[in-house]
Amino acid sequence: MSQTDDRHPMTGNRMSSDEAAGTAPDRFGGIEQHSYDVIVIGAGGAGLRAAIAAHDAGARTAVITKSLLGKAHTVMAEGGIAAAMGNRWKEDNWEVHFRDTMRGGKMLNNWRMAQLHAQEAPERVLELEDWGALFDRTEDGLISQRDFGGHRYARLAHVGDRTGLEMIRTLQQRLVELGIDVFMECTITELFKTPATAEPSRISGAFGYWRETGRFITFEAPSVILATGGIGKSFKVTSNSWEYTGDGHALALRAGASLLNMEFVQFHPTGMVWPPSVKGILVTESVRGDGGILKNSEGKRFMFDYIPEFFKAETADTEAEADRWYDDKINNRRPPELLPRDEVARAINSEIKAGRGSEHGGIYLDIASRRTPEFIRKRLPSMYHQFKELADVDITAEPMEIGPTCHYVMGGVEVDADTQASPAVPGLYAAGEVSGGMHGSNRLGGNSLSDLLVFGKRAGEHAASYAAEVADSRTGLDPAEVKAAEAFALAPFELDGGENPYTIQHDLQLNMNDLVGIIRDGAELQAALEGIEGFKERAKRLSVEGHRQYNPGWHLALDLRNMLIVSECIAKAALEREESRGGHTRNDFPGPNPEWGTINLVLTINEAGDGVTLTRQPLPVMPEDLKTLFDTTGAAK
Amino acid sequence: MASTDAGVHSGVNGPTRASIPEKTLRTDRWWLAPLATFVVFVTFIIYSSWRAFSGDDYYASPYLSPFYSPCLTDSCVEGSSDFGTPFSWWQLSPALVILIFPLGFRFTCYYYRKAYYRAFWLSPPACAVAEPHSSYSGEAKFPLLLQNIHRYFWYAAVVVAVVLTFDAVLAFRDEHHEWGHMGLGTVLMWINVILIWLYTLSCHSCRNIVGGRLRHFSKHPVRYKLWTWVSRLNPYHAKFAWYSLFSVALVDLYVYLLATGVITDPRFF
Amino acid sequence: MSYRLKMRLWRGDRSGGELKDYQVEVSEGEVVLDAIHRVQATEAGDLAVRWNCKAGKCGSCSAEINGKPRLMCMCRLSDFEPEETITVTPMRSFPVIRDLVTDVSFNYEKAKQLPSFKPGPRDADGKRRMAQIDVERGQEFRKCIECFLCQNTCHVVRDHEENKPAFAGPRFFLRYAELDMHPLDTHDRVELAQGAAGLGMCNITKCCTEVCPEHIKITDNAIIPLKERVVDKKYDPLIWLGNKIGIRNKDNDGRTTA
Repeated sequence: MSQTDDRHPMTGNRMSSDEAAGTAPDRFGGIEQHSYDVIVIGAGGAGLRAAIAAHDAGARTAVITKSLLGKAHTVMAEGGIAAAMGNRWKEDNWEVHFRDTMRGGKMLNNWRMAQLHAQEAPERVLELEDWGALFDRTEDGLISQRDFGGHRYARLAHVGDRTGLEMIRTLQQRLVELGIDVFMECTITELFKTPATAEPSRISGAFGYWRETGRFITFEAPSVILATGGIGKSFKVTSNSWEYTGDGHALALRAGASLLNMEFVQFHPTGMVWPPSVKGILVTESVRGDGGILKNSEGKRFMFDYIPEFFKAETADTEAEADRWYDDKINNRRPPELLPRDEVARAINSEIKAGRGSEHGGIYLDIASRRTPEFIRKRLPSMYHQFKELADVDITAEPMEIGPTCHYVMGGVEVDADTQASPAVPGLYAAGEVSGGMHGSNRLGGNSLSDLLVFGKRAGEHAASYAAEVADSRTGLDPAEVKAAEAFALAPFELDGGENPYTIQHDLQLNMNDLVGIIRDGAELQAALEGIEGFKERAKRLSVEGHRQYNPGWHLALDLRNMLIVSECIAKAALEREESRGGHTRNDFPGPNPEWGTINLVLTINEAGDGVTLTRQPLPVMPEDLKTLFDTTGAAK
Repeated sequence: MASTDAGVHSGVNGPTRASIPEKTLRTDRWWLAPLATFVVFVTFIIYSSWRAFSGDDYYASPYLSPFYSPCLTDSCVEGSSDFGTPFSWWQLSPALVILIFPLGFRFTCYYYRKAYYRAFWLSPPACAVAEPHSSYSGEAKFPLLLQNIHRYFWYAAVVVAVVLTFDAVLAFRDEHHEWGHMGLGTVLMWINVILIWLYTLSCHSCRNIVGGRLRHFSKHPVRYKLWTWVSRLNPYHAKFAWYSLFSVALVDLYVYLLATGVITDPRFF
Repeated sequence: MSYRLKMRLWRGDRSGGELKDYQVEVSEGEVVLDAIHRVQATEAGDLAVRWNCKAGKCGSCSAEINGKPRLMCMCRLSDFEPEETITVTPMRSFPVIRDLVTDVSFNYEKAKQLPSFKPGPRDADGKRRMAQIDVERGQEFRKCIECFLCQNTCHVVRDHEENKPAFAGPRFFLRYAELDMHPLDTHDRVELAQGAAGLGMCNITKCCTEVCPEHIKITDNAIIPLKERVVDKKYDPLIWLGNKIGIRNKDNDGRTTA
């Protein structure tokens, strides 16, 4: 399209070789070349926050995104941003938030990340307000905070139930204000490193293609921040969009980094179940935070039957106490509907399996009988809209039908808590869902958006300072590697009559959903792994029709490789971890095992590059002063 | 607003757009609304012009046609001038002195603008239906820049509405101006004046004036309250525009029929 | 309940294209985007379509369905008769890239031209205070998911390519209105909206409001109030008189046009 114009119409960026002409006249055979200090892959909350931080730290920064700017999956986040600002409850502070986060993650979190997160989240939220975000307000004019599962106090800064949209728009507008370059609809397929001879081998750049034209593009950059989100598209029933193919996880693996605790996949308890085309789409936890309750087909409020020992002390055991809690949190305990997500998802799963499910195989989420229509429309406008338009259900008059949906992966790239840098690959950073450790075995609602902001900023700053450190020793990209990346990307066009990528994707999604789902079993996991091996074989013979210009079949063919390797990581780690904890539940090993409570599972790519290797690694130990938080307030509240 | 020349290929048939020859692919009856608007407005214009220029049959004691209220010239029939005759030198129909205000208010009204830009100027005839003009500058240039005087007309429209309310009060008299009586005409005049008030108060300019222009509602609680009231009416502005258009014509017609003796006013008491 | 749906999809690129017929199996509760995906998975793997969330929250899958600008993910098949042929084309106001995908960079260019939020300093305790009633108007506008259907349907640019440089479009009038109504912004944007953004070109025919999937009252709540603010500033006789005799609205104090 823009062959005659040297600026890309979408981004205004200069196209192709003229920029780098002085140093590298067309070394890569006409492939567009760019050079930056920091490139950020992904334009969700973490990516945008990282780019802003890197820019503020003086780095020449670019954001590369598979979609248009502002469409990232962060817009789907509904409930809010968890930050102990104390606007509603002055008793709230970072220590309580830290404790909630660790307990929600069943103590498998990286304590340092959880600490930084709880300490820095409030300022990150206030920053958004400086940049134009319009949060809902308290009566005193401060940012309002709402209740959410697993949080001791009303803590989530929110805008109705579209907080993610507010966050992405605010960051996007800030990005535009700062003039940061954005490469939209551009997919990265490879990371490059400096030759192994130049010790230590570090990040040198990335290779990708414009979705729009199919033309290739290279980035020379000493720092790469992965902010690609999660892996949900490998599952059939998911709240995630097509983008969630685990690109960042796979790029990191192939670059030599390690992934942490990939067995922990969060199934959100409340996804839509009807009609089929929207199955899996998220129903925000705010429905329960604002008074919604779960009922089975017998009309019973069943969550009282599923309060685990671990949370008994802080959970209401009568409906009366649970209902009082919304107004008086000091003297009452939380309703069981607001237990952490893993507990609620398992409970719903059990009810459905026991035959007490709803008409379309879910259970009922009822707010209509508990709050006025005005309250519901005011607090949950997008939910009202979503059910009205997609399911023809008026949530102010009738209950919603909901069931668990694959939502989030707690596992991810292993990073240093303070810098978000991969210990194995200098120059590689990861922030947000693609990074691992922060949420342990289960993430609390609202902790994701704050995670994006806190660690996005940290990643951006440290990536920028690393880029400055190595500014004098940048070597450029190796033309041979660029050629190889190009050849690999084009391979699906070479073969006629091979496998259809859509079919393999579909089979993989079923395989993961059925065998690596919410309740797991050793034999099934084994079968899942065998299935994945089969898909890997089939994926070697992919073919796609048409040409390179905006060809979704081809794009899927390239993403499929990432989905496969990430799925293998999940299944492998799930088979290894012989206990049930947080987002990982084993039929054959019910309940948590204290020995496993100190072990992280780490995955790296194998020698041949066609599979993954798993090792055990001890969990970092929390310092004594933080441990005391759990002694004094832990069991009591 | 624009010159008319459909021959130029810009817009949806322009070189960069998806090549689709049809001006619209809409399958619904999108032409119905602009057509209906066109027919009703033309009918109203013809009717009101005839009535306004005729200068006759506008008063049937105690009812004064809203087209002629207030009646301010020497030619006003006896009993119709409740505000004196300051325009005594005016030779043409007394309606022409004051009709400019309610008509101007309607002509520059944000709703009517939408309706006639669509129905008369086809700019656009309906959403996603290509318009037949080769250039367009909207309301940015003279003469359409004058639409910005809507607010002057709103100030005048409030005065007109007060006068019509006064007329409606006067309608509680009998034909000899004795108080305490009521007929069908009284009812019609009250319905009309209520619709006129609803139309006038739901106006976008009114909404801005009472409070919309503020940035800090919290510091102006009274104006905020007023603004919320007007905001509640404002979504029905188009409805009130139509209803009051019909009611004003209906009251005038009723007065005309009474004045010409075609019907007599049913009296309740 | 499933049936075979007849569809006509626009296939092509900048050099030309046409409506092509497809038939796919669809079932109860599905939306147009589901049918498109099925065409993609079974008949035309290279059919270009832009989408993300499939829940009406990201605003990616904008297209024209039977000539009406809509989100494909929010357009239920039950709105049509089973025997009806559904025609889907790309948005017709933007340059086409391929099939149902258009180049929406116009909107990103316009976003760059808009001066951003400029707040004053925070309160002494490091926080900011705003009343809920003061942020509510802006919150309505910030529901915008940037699907650009309003930009697409607005005849000012849809039918007049030459107006694109001088006209920001409804989506950005929302943004001007949001910032101009922001209780903490220090920038007076009225003149900008009238001048650089081309507010005067809008003839308030309300198509933007009609197509907005978020049901934002773009015309009534953003564009007309902005036009009224222009009148406040430039054409209102009483405000002019008030200023002359020293009666002044102090609500805008502290704002600058710079």
